[in-house]
Amino acid sequence: MAEHRDLFYRRLHSLLGVVPIGIYLVTHLIVNHFAVYGEEEFNRAAGFMGNLPFLLLLEIFVIYLPILFHAVLGVYIAFTANYNVKKFNYFRNWMYALQRITGIVTLIFIVWHVWETRVQKALGNAEVNYSMMESILSTPFMFWFYVVGVIATIFHFANGLWGFLVTWGITQTPKSQKIATYGAVIVFLVLSYVGVRTLIVFAYGV
Amino acid sequence: MAEQKTVTFIITRQDGPDSAPYEETFEVPYRRNMNVISGLMEIRKNPVNAKGEKTTPVQWDMNCLEEVCGACSMVINGVPRQSCAALVDDLEQPVRLAPMATFPVVRDLIIDRERMFDALKQVKAWIPIDGTHDLGPGPRMPEKKRQWAYELSKCMTCGVCLEACPNVNDKSDFIGPAAISQARLFNAHPTGDMNKSERLDGLMEEGGISGCGNSQNCVQVCPKGIPLTTSIAAMNRATNIQAFKNFFGSDNAH
Repeated sequence: MAEHRDLFYRRLHSLLGVVPIGIYLVTHLIVNHFAVYGEEEFNRAAGFMGNLPFLLLLEIFVIYLPILFHAVLGVYIAFTANYNVKKFNYFRNWMYALQRITGIVTLIFIVWHVWETRVQKALGNAEVNYSMMESILSTPFMFWFYVVGVIATIFHFANGLWGFLVTWGITQTPKSQKIATYGAVIVFLVLSYVGVRTLIVFAYGV
Repeated sequence: MAEQKTVTFIITRQDGPDSAPYEETFEVPYRRNMNVISGLMEIRKNPVNAKGEKTTPVQWDMNCLEEVCGACSMVINGVPRQSCAALVDDLEQPVRLAPMATFPVVRDLIIDRERMFDALKQVKAWIPIDGTHDLGPGPRMPEKKRQWAYELSKCMTCGVCLEACPNVNDKSDFIGPAAISQARLFNAHPTGDMNKSERLDGLMEEGGISGCGNSQNCVQVCPKGIPLTTSIAAMNRATNIQAFKNFFGSDNAH
């Protein structure tokens, strides 16, 4: 594989987006949804995740390094594209452009999100719990920043799943790719509900 | 009839590979059933622009005139296609002609598609059967396979898929969809199958299949209706399997 570095990096990029990053994203969204059932429920779930054994190692190898690699190569991919949706106004071409745009939005969102939560905890400035999210989302600007960030992330993941199936040669026929599109839409809608519902609880308590 | 009907062509011209492009307008007498090439032929007969100035005749490439050779591809009213198959009656007026931007311009509407032939060389899009003795007949091909492979063989290297592809540009070395589909065509052939891994190797090299971003514009614009995205996904699978065979080892990695 060493002689095919380009291919190897691109395939690794595709794989990391789903395993582990995608799996982590889904877990993160579902665990956060405990907020809908009450403050104590959320704090218990977040406490469980935040006190896993080997936490720092898990974070580094399952979250930080994969995301860092995915982000660095992803930014390169986004900036070497020649966007042409105006000239070629096709659905998949829009998905292609949106995948790259949401990737950049997601990166900005994640950097800010990690700075505000995990880094502040590491610096000893804050505790990661319900009231932290409540105060972060107390202004309408931050609420909408999070809504945009969460939806961009979920779009990038759902559409990325579609790309994953093509990149690994699983869906070849136009029909299977079309069904995969429907599947991606369902993943997008379901996870968006889970994510935005949680944000509404934190911001408005309902 | 008081006045003869005319067709207006606005053509993006360029005097040489390194000169700046400019637009020139021409009024061409209308004839029934004319195509873009017959319009260009009128300009060649009488190279006078709309302002009445004498100018150099517009240069373009053409060959078969029946949408089989791919030589006359250009951007017509924003759409990359063959000018021989573009009927003036079907086009919005004025007709805008420009060279395909993905390729270096030689002159006016003539472009250099050399990169497509380099790509075919990279994926070894041929079947090596030459030898010093008669090799005899090759293995037979299943009829069903022949039928879909025939669709892939319609590729005329016209360059329209590369023009539409957002990943074929100055910033990337992606070879484009056409050559990927050709690798699939020759790998489908029972004799070509014997050198399958060499073509997959070409696809796995820099600028190969990993350059695809799945915008799927290629399959939308292909004038021959070639299932390019199916070919790309099929070659994705084949290169992945080949990569695993190469890394872990396999007696079938040839």
